[in-house]
Amino acid sequence: MTAAGINRIAGKGRLTPANTVRFTFDDKSFTGLAGDTLASALIANNVHLVGRSFKYHRPRGVLSAGAEEPSALVGVRRDAARRAPNIRATVQEIHDGLDAVSQNRWPSLGFDIGAVNDIASPLFSAGFYYKTFMWPKVAWKHFYEPFIRNAAGLGVAPTEIDPDHYASRYVHCDVLVIGGGAAGLAAALAAAETGAQVILCDENAQVGGALRFETEARLDGLGGFDWAEQAAGRLAAMDNVRLLTRTTAFGYYAQNFVGLVERVSDHVAAPDPDLPRERLWQLRARRVIIAAGAIERHMVFANNDRPGIMLASAARMYLNHYGVAVGRSVGVYTANDSAYAAAIDLKKAGVDIPAIVDLRDAPDSGVAEEARALGIRVLTGHAVTGAGGKLRVASMTVEPAKGTAKAEIIPIDALLMSAGWTPSVHMFSQSRGKVAWDEASERFLPGTYAQDCVSVGACNGTDGLEASVAEALAVGETMAKQARPGATTSGVTIRVDGEGKWSGGMSGAAPGSTPGKVIKAFVDYQNDVTAKDIRLAVQEGMHSIEHVKRFTTNGMATDQGKLSNLHGLAIAAEALGRPIPQVGLTTFRPPYTPTTFGAIVNHARGKLFDPVRRTPMHASEEAAGAVFEDVGQWKRAWYYPRSGEDMHAAVNRECKTVREVAGMFDASTLGKIEVVGPDAAQFLDLLYTNPFMKLGVGKLRYGIMCREDGFIYDDGVVARVAEDRFHVTTTTGGAPRVLHHMEDYLQTEFPHLKVWLTSTSEQWAVIAVQGPKAREIVEPFVSGIDLSNEAFPHMSYAEGTVCGVPARVFRMSFTGEAGYEINVPADHGRMVWDAIHERGAPMGMCLYGTETMHVLRAEKGYIIVGQDTDGTVTPHDAGLSWAVGKKKTDFVGIRGLKRPDLAADGRRQLVGLKVKDGKTVLEEGAQIVANPHQPVPMKIIGWVSSSYWSENCGQPIALALIDDGFKRMGETLHVPMPDRVIEVEVCDTVFFDKEGGRLHG
Amino acid sequence: MAEGQVTRELPLDGRFAGGASVSVRPAGAARRVSLRVPAESVAAVSNSLGVELPTRPGASAQAGARAVLWLGPDEWLVIEEGERYPMADLEGAGVLFAAVDVSHRNTAILVTGPAAADVLNAGCPRDLSLETFPVSACSRTVLGKIEIVLWRMADDAFRVECWRSFSDYAFDFLKDATRGQ
Amino acid sequence: MLLIRCPYCEEERPELEFRHAGEAHIARPENIADISDEEFAQYFFYRDNPKGMAFERWRHMHGCGRFFNAVRHTVTDKFVMTYKAGEPKPVLEEPQEGQSAP
Repeated sequence: MTAAGINRIAGKGRLTPANTVRFTFDDKSFTGLAGDTLASALIANNVHLVGRSFKYHRPRGVLSAGAEEPSALVGVRRDAARRAPNIRATVQEIHDGLDAVSQNRWPSLGFDIGAVNDIASPLFSAGFYYKTFMWPKVAWKHFYEPFIRNAAGLGVAPTEIDPDHYASRYVHCDVLVIGGGAAGLAAALAAAETGAQVILCDENAQVGGALRFETEARLDGLGGFDWAEQAAGRLAAMDNVRLLTRTTAFGYYAQNFVGLVERVSDHVAAPDPDLPRERLWQLRARRVIIAAGAIERHMVFANNDRPGIMLASAARMYLNHYGVAVGRSVGVYTANDSAYAAAIDLKKAGVDIPAIVDLRDAPDSGVAEEARALGIRVLTGHAVTGAGGKLRVASMTVEPAKGTAKAEIIPIDALLMSAGWTPSVHMFSQSRGKVAWDEASERFLPGTYAQDCVSVGACNGTDGLEASVAEALAVGETMAKQARPGATTSGVTIRVDGEGKWSGGMSGAAPGSTPGKVIKAFVDYQNDVTAKDIRLAVQEGMHSIEHVKRFTTNGMATDQGKLSNLHGLAIAAEALGRPIPQVGLTTFRPPYTPTTFGAIVNHARGKLFDPVRRTPMHASEEAAGAVFEDVGQWKRAWYYPRSGEDMHAAVNRECKTVREVAGMFDASTLGKIEVVGPDAAQFLDLLYTNPFMKLGVGKLRYGIMCREDGFIYDDGVVARVAEDRFHVTTTTGGAPRVLHHMEDYLQTEFPHLKVWLTSTSEQWAVIAVQGPKAREIVEPFVSGIDLSNEAFPHMSYAEGTVCGVPARVFRMSFTGEAGYEINVPADHGRMVWDAIHERGAPMGMCLYGTETMHVLRAEKGYIIVGQDTDGTVTPHDAGLSWAVGKKKTDFVGIRGLKRPDLAADGRRQLVGLKVKDGKTVLEEGAQIVANPHQPVPMKIIGWVSSSYWSENCGQPIALALIDDGFKRMGETLHVPMPDRVIEVEVCDTVFFDKEGGRLHG
Repeated sequence: MAEGQVTRELPLDGRFAGGASVSVRPAGAARRVSLRVPAESVAAVSNSLGVELPTRPGASAQAGARAVLWLGPDEWLVIEEGERYPMADLEGAGVLFAAVDVSHRNTAILVTGPAAADVLNAGCPRDLSLETFPVSACSRTVLGKIEIVLWRMADDAFRVECWRSFSDYAFDFLKDATRGQ
Repeated sequence: MLLIRCPYCEEERPELEFRHAGEAHIARPENIADISDEEFAQYFFYRDNPKGMAFERWRHMHGCGRFFNAVRHTVTDKFVMTYKAGEPKPVLEEPQEGQSAP
């Protein structure tokens, strides 16, 4: 016994006994060694029971030693916020202070109330949920669903925000090698020596793959693992190679785009806070070599899930790599030679092997003789038909595979099993390659390739180390040369001695779990699917593996059926009496192993989730007390409350002040497009419903843009800066799509026009000063422009300087007051804003936000596209027929507007609404009916698009889209609300200054 | 114009991120022009500008403190870091073209150091190896969720141009990407 | 993420730089104001939705800004070719599914 666990065997494994690590499992403290996984460290401490199963709450242990682990899932806690559920104990490396807990048990792992499900299991057979929770309907919501939700799921998700940092990196290479076993290393060496850019990734902490446990292999005269380490060192030293360990290729997408997740700091006791927990690599490779190896299958027999029962290769890994014996008295059940190697290694390490039970009558190689020579009892033609013990396996029941001889019960404390090896075709299948059934070896192998990739080694069905390495060397060089035309010949050779034992195998249910037996022989450990469940699915009419899978959930857990798929298929095929390839194989999809949301989201969290855009004047607005609202990605000043004011009071004050004195507003977010070229006017004439050919230089025009279908797409004011230059404004939200729309027509429909478009949205800060005193306030700052009404009337444009910086000044209004929109270069926006504010404030000017802007424009009946229009509103419907050029022979939307339905009576039209009680502010979006006494569902004739309290009018105002609205002036309509019906009267859309005289003041 | 006398308030003034292998900092104020030039006018416009407009996709050209970046088949970005006014220089070229002053629309971030490409590749999907994106290469592309113009000024030095209001995001993104470098 | 060859930039670029822009080779009628309802419907509303080769418009939105045309197989997602706007619609032989694009 050593400090790092009673099952640690002195002189075995590659960990350093002095490097002890303290960790806890279920709050009990243990000692492991640096380099241990949680699984190896627990087994070293003789802990096999690590969790409870999903459905039946059966005690479960460690089944494997790698990423395929379906059973040993634990929670890992670093602190209150860092609690990751469903971590595979076989993947998680231990570090000082690691704190792991078992899952799916209460009150304790050893005694779990939920295990009653195991006894009641006839209730929970396949399809149970589909069949049971159907009736009565009302019970679903109040009983069935809460019950299922409580019982479902494994592990507990953290409730706090993940404090860890995740990183992302796009990367390109000539050759990606997935898997760092013997084949992957050989392929990478061959590719790298040609000079090609190579990336090799392996999901484990160390390269080597099966060489980590295969003691017989020798390459270039070195032990397998030593060779692998040396090869990795050689690769890491090359400038053209990036070697990524702890890095899983989880998804293979179109055009050799492969997603990798690197676990950067989960294995570190106190990681640098700047280190990401994980890094997502989004990789594009010219060629991909898949060297993913093979995964050992378990045997399907009664109680094959008892803790202490595991894959033979896993036991060998624990012994040869971690120096841990998985038991003192270890039974072996196999249909395959490789399990003998595990027995032999354990026996040589001093572990008792009571028996090797081989389902085959005659093992293929001399392995049985070698085992017998060591004194191991070998029972060929026998089967293990059951396992004794509950929280840990205590015995195996052995019977002849055929015949009826008496069963023998052999005491053991661990049981190794191997049904053979399944080539890992996951990445190949994800690449959209089609697998093919190889009858001779009874395996699915890569068949038709869909992308520029090649599988090598065990995942390609290539048996034996020498053949795998030879294949990998050849493929590595070929792929490199394909990827990089100038690649040289690599000339890498690797001498291989010692093959290991690999032949044999079976799939499906073993004797003892054949039909008719009331036992639990697990096919899918993670989803608790037994052989019986699969037969039941077939019996109930599921004839395709896709249906069987969904009915039983076989292979649908987070391990994606790495162990269970082939067994499930074989059992279904047997029940159906059809050959396996006719039953089908499910397509593998990403992710290969569970992938965190953190890695996928990576940098895009918090303030990097979506850009936050601020205008040049933002800091001044903030200092002035602005409350901001989100308008798309923009932060816009919403209103400026003064001490004691709520939003309502602030907006009322701002609205009154603008009309009585003046107000200043940040309009910088408006989209702006500079349209330049000799055909600029002609282009705008085609894009807007309004005529532009005759607009004079120095003049403004309000324009409406339609789509080809005749519906309003955007609006804005257009200034003619020069004969060949226009300054176009768009709505805030419409800026990118309007430019896209204009570019589309310019490039593809009107390419003959000599005109170019440039976004200037962010070139200009836009300061609107509106109200009776606007001119007086801005005049002292302006040079080079005569601001008098005569020289610069409403809808004029001029260039000059404001506060000494070049400015484009628009005499225009979205408030109904006389005013200016001053455009200055953005980096000067704040300086100009502050200067005008400093002068205007003592004169009574206020700052106003978007809410006041909305109210003021609604008082004038000015529409906001997207609020008062919904994509089905024409300029005519919006009461803007005057903006449609009558004499024009073409513009985008001209034909759409002539469609019969758009010209017919009964269009939904924009009108004003007055609330009869004079005080109720309607809800925007409220539906409107003619007769409130009609039965429900009522006939809806329209809806409220804008609604505000107007302090200037002393009453609520609203805009609405109403069927035949223009003909309903003066009509009383009704707005039904949950508690009452509100009476409204239809009116025109202008509530304030109907004559419009103030604009010209 | 008098603009030259008034100090510009750049959106990223005073910010810095990075460490030993990379630094991220705002570039100084520059004048910029979005240039659209049909093929037949390229020679005359080049002459007025004092820089030969590169016509190979993704190429840039420099003369003194002035650089011209190819962005599209008839589109260039002029960046002037000196005292001259490119808009003024273009007056009187006497040929058909369009020039729009976008000096303030963009702001620039300099990413320099051995890890510069890695930091940019946190959010830029392009292959930034010297083989495919050599010194002087330039391109409009994306960084995380925004559009940028990327210009490689040296083996380990890049200029990132983005719109003014996206510069906060761009800087924060690059800063996040320098963590752990 | 797909790689798309921009015929203006003359190289393959990541899909993130592009925006899909609908079916290609649908010209806006020169006399659009005068066409019949049926003609307008064909022009504006009706679109093919082929399983197999599709002719599409793309825009190199975050690149050179150009609109161009592409031939893409809607099942395999493979781009057969891309070409500049205004170039004639290419005549193709339907390749077999699974076959590599040229």
